[in-house]
Amino acid sequence: MAQSALLNASILKKVAMALSGIFLITFLALHVTLNFISIISEDVFNEASHFMGYNPLIQFVMQPILAIGVIFHFVMGFILTAQNRAARPIAYANYNGAANASWSSRNMIISGLVILAFLGLHFYDFWFPEVTYKYIAGTAPDATRYYGELVHKFHDPIRTGLYCVSFILLGFHLWHGFASSLQSVGMHNKYSRFLAKVGYWFSVVVPGLFVIIALFHHFNN
Amino acid sequence: MKLTLKIWRQKNAQDKGGIVEYPIDGIEPDMSFLEMLDVLNEGLINKGEEPVAFDHDCREGICGMCSLFINGEAHGPDRGVTTCQLHMRMFKDGDTIFIEPFRAKAFPVIKDLVVDRSSFDRIQHAGGFISVNTSGNTIDANTIPVPKVDADKSFDAAACIGCGACVATCKNSSAMLFVGAKVSQYALLPQGKVEATERVLNMVHQMDLEGFGNCTNTGACEVECPKGISLENIARMNREYLAASLKG
Repeated sequence: MAQSALLNASILKKVAMALSGIFLITFLALHVTLNFISIISEDVFNEASHFMGYNPLIQFVMQPILAIGVIFHFVMGFILTAQNRAARPIAYANYNGAANASWSSRNMIISGLVILAFLGLHFYDFWFPEVTYKYIAGTAPDATRYYGELVHKFHDPIRTGLYCVSFILLGFHLWHGFASSLQSVGMHNKYSRFLAKVGYWFSVVVPGLFVIIALFHHFNN
Repeated sequence: MKLTLKIWRQKNAQDKGGIVEYPIDGIEPDMSFLEMLDVLNEGLINKGEEPVAFDHDCREGICGMCSLFINGEAHGPDRGVTTCQLHMRMFKDGDTIFIEPFRAKAFPVIKDLVVDRSSFDRIQHAGGFISVNTSGNTIDANTIPVPKVDADKSFDAAACIGCGACVATCKNSSAMLFVGAKVSQYALLPQGKVEATERVLNMVHQMDLEGFGNCTNTGACEVECPKGISLENIARMNREYLAASLKG
């Protein structure tokens, strides 16, 4: 078989999608851990954020890898969705998808689009100001500013609400995505049921913690 | 039972087609779904109208010929059965029943509820077989030891009747449960290992050429499969394909 056909194969696209998803799941675990520190200790949160913001390995190696992972996951998601829609040119007059598959598994594109919109807001809130502060304005490093900036963002109830809704949709995305990614890379054995349960708990706990953090800073400050 | 049927009618592959409503009366709960359609067709023929074309053959749930998307589900609301094994007791008096053909780009409608599933045949031709010398020197398969667990899993995969319910029910029109089953039934046996690399590469390549969608692991195919083919077969095909890709 031609090499181009191999690279374009549905299974390899599916595996690539799964691997990027697993990578992003790992990142989410790290992100929620760091954010959770903000409701325990202001000083430790500032210290950890400063380390993340100025460590060259994180800034110039890990951050670009993360950006590539996020972009790849979204672009591949759109490509696969377009191909899947084209595979059924005439829709059913009556299609009972709920009879045999969960809402989260059937609507990954919807939860994914909400997450994409959320990322736009999140970048507007944190990433663009950070880049401006460090690289455009060239302001001197200040290891005590992070907690205050975080709390300030959650003063606004509309922003806090948008964050919470996005986290709930993230939960639905993970609810299917966690176990699905393992199945895609060929894992289906005696551990699959256990790992699916781990996935369900992950999809509840991680977005739940993000919601708690947002609400904590909204109501506590 | 008195029912209202909303059936997809389409004169031929070029016709646009559409849903036509048919009231029907005198249906017994113990009739099979196909027998109910026979009653409808008898009435249509008596009235001088064109009967509804639909696929059927053995009517025993083993050939995979009958299709039909009934009330939004492949083979209707019952589980583990083909349409010929679906009985009218699954419906209530006064129900409205939607009957549509299996929908996928790779399953074009020929007429009414009849679809062309030869894309499955072409996938099989691409690698769903083992090459053996049939000149008289064939070794008896029973002389090759096969672990019981592998034999059982292979047999379970081979239970796939290629009806296409997996494609019809999948929101992406993916054929991966079918191809996964066909790849697995050989991959698990010593006789199938010789051509395993070419088989999985060629069958998946043909599947992609036919225009089926991508699997997103919703699991709908496993639920609707009349033979209970497991998603495990898709995972095995993925592993086989990854290993084969590395070998080239």
